[in-house]
Amino acid sequence: MNAIIFSALIGVVMMLGGIVIKNNASIQSLAIILLFILLGSHLAEYYNLFNIHIETHGMLAKNRFGMFFNTIIISLTLLYVLLSGDEIAKAGTYGAEYFALLFFSLCGATILSSYNNLLMLFLGVEIMTIPLFVLTASEKKNLKSNEAGLKYFLMGSFSTGILLMGIALYYGGTGLFAIEAGIGKNANEIQQTLRILLPLGLLFIFISLAFKVSAAPFHFWTPDVYDGAPSVFTSFMATIVKTAGFIAFIRLFELRSVDMSYSWKILLPLIIILTLLAGNITAVFQQSVKRMLAYSSIAHAGFMLFALYNPNDFGKQGILLYTVAYSLATIGTFAVLTKMKDYTYEGYNGLAKSKPVLAATNTIFLLSLAGIPLTAGFFAKYYMLASALKESTRNLWLVIVAVLFAAVSVYYYFRVIQAMYFKEGNAETTEIKPFFKVLLIIIAALIIVIGLMPSLLLDLFYA
Amino acid sequence: MPIQYYIVLALVLFCIGIIGVLIRRNAIIIFMCIELMLNAANLLLVAFSKMHNAAATATNSNVGIEGQLFVFFIMVVAAAEVSIGLAIIVMMFRNVHSIDVNFLNRLKN
Repeated sequence: MNAIIFSALIGVVMMLGGIVIKNNASIQSLAIILLFILLGSHLAEYYNLFNIHIETHGMLAKNRFGMFFNTIIISLTLLYVLLSGDEIAKAGTYGAEYFALLFFSLCGATILSSYNNLLMLFLGVEIMTIPLFVLTASEKKNLKSNEAGLKYFLMGSFSTGILLMGIALYYGGTGLFAIEAGIGKNANEIQQTLRILLPLGLLFIFISLAFKVSAAPFHFWTPDVYDGAPSVFTSFMATIVKTAGFIAFIRLFELRSVDMSYSWKILLPLIIILTLLAGNITAVFQQSVKRMLAYSSIAHAGFMLFALYNPNDFGKQGILLYTVAYSLATIGTFAVLTKMKDYTYEGYNGLAKSKPVLAATNTIFLLSLAGIPLTAGFFAKYYMLASALKESTRNLWLVIVAVLFAAVSVYYYFRVIQAMYFKEGNAETTEIKPFFKVLLIIIAALIIVIGLMPSLLLDLFYA
Repeated sequence: MPIQYYIVLALVLFCIGIIGVLIRRNAIIIFMCIELMLNAANLLLVAFSKMHNAAATATNSNVGIEGQLFVFFIMVVAAAEVSIGLAIIVMMFRNVHSIDVNFLNRLKN
């Protein structure tokens, strides 16, 4: 509960702080201090030291999985703000507001990790996405940013409409909004004919959440929005927001997939394959690294869907590991990308000569995204595929297809590495501070440590 | 009135909304169609709330009240969404002097 309350509070403090503080450097320091407070208060709850308890009548459930996920996303946000804080403050005229909106969005993500009621699912999704519409459109004079903002807004509220229709039908079929299995207290009174509304409602909710996590065939908005939004905010959208969407997805369908069993085992593998196909194949043909990363985030959504398909131990540990591995690598690559003057592959030509640290760390991030052994990305993918095989060996074909697509993904990640190391050119970057380089090295080290010993992270989960 | 009538009405409104979003090109009209979808859900929630209440035993007359509460939450969130959406549309209009979504093709490579 602490995470939800404090993330909303620090958002308000940040917003009001923007009235008094005008200097970008002090705004950044304030944001970092507030995030440390948030992390501290959350850890205090995690270790049962201090907890603000509010009676929610079972709408929010405190669970270990969600708490651990919250720790991860708060730490990742802290890392993200440390790394790209100056870019966030410079994104537009009002530095402090962007931080405030990020914190509000984080608040929505923390609700999604602990909801127990469809009302909280709805509120969490909205609190998480509405600030992002503003952030996407934050470059007011830039037409691409405008366009991305409008597209994101229209698609976001369209999927909200579908979500609400799903919730309404679910309510009709069960008589309650709680997500636990079993039909409501007045089960006997609900007519037999109305029970059909439950799977129908779940289908609507499924479609809506597939929109949010950009699973094919509902992914078409993603490349445009990720490409048009300012790069710093794309980084936040592609990592924290996307993984929170997956946690919400898993929380609901872990309990409720039995109610749509007739289509679950056919529908989901189909969506996984379509998502992997749409992400990986289109990414190959991109000329801009930013757009390639947008498609690659669709491809990663395909892998994360494995945890939804098989929410067993492997799947649940895997999604946590995937969150960390994918988010660290993506935050890193985007941090390097925001420093580049030219976002095309040619823009990276010869980066290794002029900025060896940037090139070396970026290589590790890209290797991790591709899932090469010794990096965190490898074990993240391994856990996902293992979850499918543990469920049933009949999933073998799905695993083989996923591995083939992972092989395709190596091609477009290596194009960047090739440009950095083996091509002549003078890659131009904006000014880079030593602190930024140190952080990049820390992230790269984290990726390798987790890649060597994923149990370090997973042991924390069971500690 | 049987609940089926409400379900059909809400689904018809919902479909009009979806079709509107897909075929209209004016940002404001698309926006209105999205609102129509939200309101179809509202209508259905209230109808189900009433139905569950009528079906419950007399001793527990609070059954179904959460459906009506949900509607208020939807209204509040929809209002927040409208304020953001209209701001984005106005900003768009200032830059391109049009709210036709066909203008939105700068990002297609």
